[in-house]
Amino acid sequence: MTETLVPFDEALTRYDPVMGLEIHIELNTATKMFCGCPTDFGAEPNTQVCPVCLALPGALPVVNAKAVESAIRMGLALNCKIAEWCRFARKNYFYPDMPKNFQTSQYDEPIAFDGWVDVEVDGETFRIEIERAHMEEDTGKALHVGGSTGRIHGADFSLVDYNRAGIPLIEIVTRTIEVPPEKAPAVARAYVSYVRDLIGGLGVSDVRMDQGSLRADVNLSLKPKGSTVLGTRSETKNVNSFRSVERAVRFEISRHAGILDAGGAVLQETRHFQEDSGTTLSGREKSDADDYRYFPEPDLAPVSPSREWVEELRATLPEPPAVRRARLQADWGFSDLDMRDTIGAGALDLIVATVEAGTTPQAAKKWWLGEMARRSNEAGQDIDALGITPQQVAEIQALIDAGRINDKLARSVFDGVIAGEGTAEEVVVSRQLEVVSDDGALGAAVDRAIEGDPDAAAKVRAGNLGVAGALIGAVMKEMRGQADAGRVRELILEKLS
Amino acid sequence: MTDLTRKTADELAQALSAKEISSVEVTQALVDRIGAVDGAIHAFLHVDAEGALATAADVDERRARNEQLSYLAGVPIAVKDVLATKGLPTTCGSKILEGWIPPYDATVTAKIKAAGLPILGKTNMDEFAMGSSTEHSAYGPTHNPWDTTRIPGGSGGGSAAAVAAFEAPLAIGTDTGGSIRQPGALTGTVGVKPTYGGVSRYGLVAMASSLDQAGPVTRTVLDAALLHELIAGHDPMDSTSIPDAVPAVVAAARRADVKGLRIGIVKELGGEGFQPGVQARFTEAVDLLTAAGAEVVEVSIPSLQHALGAYYLVMPSEASSNLAKFDAMRYGVRVPPTGVDDPSAEQVMASSRDAGFGDEVKRRIILGTYALSSGYYDAYYGSAQKVRTILARDFASTFADVDVLVSPTSPTTAYRLGEKLDDPLAMYLGDVATIPANLVGIPGLSLPVGLADEDGLPVGLQFLAPQKADDRLYNAAAALERLLEEKWGGTLLSTAPELETVR
Repeated sequence: MTETLVPFDEALTRYDPVMGLEIHIELNTATKMFCGCPTDFGAEPNTQVCPVCLALPGALPVVNAKAVESAIRMGLALNCKIAEWCRFARKNYFYPDMPKNFQTSQYDEPIAFDGWVDVEVDGETFRIEIERAHMEEDTGKALHVGGSTGRIHGADFSLVDYNRAGIPLIEIVTRTIEVPPEKAPAVARAYVSYVRDLIGGLGVSDVRMDQGSLRADVNLSLKPKGSTVLGTRSETKNVNSFRSVERAVRFEISRHAGILDAGGAVLQETRHFQEDSGTTLSGREKSDADDYRYFPEPDLAPVSPSREWVEELRATLPEPPAVRRARLQADWGFSDLDMRDTIGAGALDLIVATVEAGTTPQAAKKWWLGEMARRSNEAGQDIDALGITPQQVAEIQALIDAGRINDKLARSVFDGVIAGEGTAEEVVVSRQLEVVSDDGALGAAVDRAIEGDPDAAAKVRAGNLGVAGALIGAVMKEMRGQADAGRVRELILEKLS
Repeated sequence: MTDLTRKTADELAQALSAKEISSVEVTQALVDRIGAVDGAIHAFLHVDAEGALATAADVDERRARNEQLSYLAGVPIAVKDVLATKGLPTTCGSKILEGWIPPYDATVTAKIKAAGLPILGKTNMDEFAMGSSTEHSAYGPTHNPWDTTRIPGGSGGGSAAAVAAFEAPLAIGTDTGGSIRQPGALTGTVGVKPTYGGVSRYGLVAMASSLDQAGPVTRTVLDAALLHELIAGHDPMDSTSIPDAVPAVVAAARRADVKGLRIGIVKELGGEGFQPGVQARFTEAVDLLTAAGAEVVEVSIPSLQHALGAYYLVMPSEASSNLAKFDAMRYGVRVPPTGVDDPSAEQVMASSRDAGFGDEVKRRIILGTYALSSGYYDAYYGSAQKVRTILARDFASTFADVDVLVSPTSPTTAYRLGEKLDDPLAMYLGDVATIPANLVGIPGLSLPVGLADEDGLPVGLQFLAPQKADDRLYNAAAALERLLEEKWGGTLLSTAPELETVR
């Protein structure tokens, strides 16, 4: 079925979006939520499993205390209240990637609730209310083999990897996000980005959207302007980048509006975001008939964190993001606009790390907000998913500072590093990018440039130093850019003095 | 040579310790006994003669080297088929687990192995411990050694019958609503359900997590205490395990003194609906306790009228969820649907569960699924949990006035095979006296107190004590056991009819 899409701006003339976000964060605890299995990403399938996470008959769960600690710290960072007493619950449904055929989660007794965060979009602050943050376990991962889509339909067979089964997750659920309709996509993106920075700062998760350690689901419905009746919502999953969060919100608004304009009914369903087309595809239909038969998990004792412990954990929290940003801005000497661009690009922590690795704030900003932001836009990828680390940026800048490459050559070094050709040093060698600092070779090139453009040479000799640029350009061209332009200038001026 | 199969575990332990006998001799005698009588009894689903004899030989060797051994080292034991035993089949009496061999040991199994008790085999049970007669085993019923046309009780009929038929001096049972105590009563053996959390549930295939508890099945109170002490204790693998020290149950069993002990007869757990012969033996036993210096009073706990109803909501609810894991995806029997090309995983799950589960299991899964459904939860599961809270409060206030409570263990003696198979409700009612202890988490012990006049079959008396006061059960039961044996001039089981043996 082809869907009629209503352009975003037009849709907002007739409807108001009602939006909520669910973020799943995989904790980086050494072991799983309810057993002692390791949690390393990318291990051979079904090698990080035991009787508990495979749900062998008789096995019992035990709560990972470190995961509870991480959940409490996360709750505190989200300005939530921490429950004095809470329980796990069983969410019952059959699915082959879920060993017990129930997920051990929290239902009406979450560890953290009633919080908020403030996010900034274009200099304006929006408050996002957090309904709850609760602990649960991840499922295994099904791999559908055969067929063209990689989805279950049309597959020849399916394999299940239970390494991920039982990895601790925290689910953060917002209340309905009340913002001006046209801001909804950008606010959604800013919120996910903010939570990523916040949780990343706690050190409790890798918060990598591309690896699935941070997953955002967009719940969205439309209501006609002026109406108080909520529409039917869709739940969009598979949103794997900040950019996709924004695109998913825009697309769903357009799609819902198209259905409603045609007098149709939006299905309550799970939808999958398609990175390549920016659209969403229908997944599993949900209905009110879905009954998970929640009940308190009888195999686990209630969790009752003492107030003393909660306060101890509060004391371990890093400075609040607003305070931190102000401090960094002052330390770095960034303008308000620089800072806004940095936040908008999702580059704050990248610049912090680059500066920590020895680069000046100005140079770090130049690379991340210039070269990397451009690549991120072109590739449609988040800036931290480009395959270049702050450490590598710092290494490349160090090569520039040492005069071994220049800014222009550095771009080629970035290409090589991203392509996996080795360290910056190795790429410079293998791609033969090092600037020529041998005065003999440079001197010969300078001589040829002077011979080739006697007019310019004469003007420089006469004191018109501005014309030296033409000679420098000729030398750089001959050296295919691999020369230190400053040294070339010096040589030209020496020879023409 | 005296018949080693008739010895109690304590007698065997002493003789082994004194090197008068070897564990291999004892184990071989029991393996032979199983071979001779188990065709008629069917207490075992799986006999591991080879493994048991290997353990026995190892213990004998270590004893010959004068190694420090556990008191019960070398005394053979039978294990209910609901506990995971590494390398030995574990079916839970269900077709769905036919052929499954666990790659790990339950904590109870691990403790038994570490202490050097040869494991004779796995005992029969109602499928997933759902039943009170062992007739719901997918592998055929167990027969009562007192009368092989009758049921041995359930769900742990296999463990109780094995001990009653002298096929094992010790066995492990599990008790969710009476599955240790009721078979104990019906076979003339001792069965103990410890305080919830007293014995680790790790590796016990759960029926109802908040009710299940493993415990000893033996022929004497002291043997039960010795086994209790061996298997109890905190286990970090079980979050519901109690961190406290194990009560001094062996010392209590040796003390056996009821002078001044305050005993409450629970009014609601006797009288109407209880077989006259059961009631008569119960009353005589209480009279013996009174004569020995106990202060006996009648107590009333009116909320008990709701216990059976609450149990039949909580148990199936938890069971419906616990049994969801049996989906033929990772282990167990896989039965593809017939007439379906390329079945989906869900279809294979459904057809495997349909083929693998018996009727009683399906009945409870359906009941539990219904009770947990949205819109019914508060009325069913929620209300049942409230009943548990009220019961716990009422038991606690009752225990403020008495040290232990007593009642008949079961309203009837062993009925005939097939008699109640088509009437689940009648069978459920047989657990009326045992279920409250599970709902409240308190310990209970069933002791044989004689034979009913009308049918000549064993009658059990149940002691109940407050949480973590399991020692009180052993003190009182050991005292009553001594008084009864003095009166009888021997044990009750010694009067059981000889079984026909196969050579």
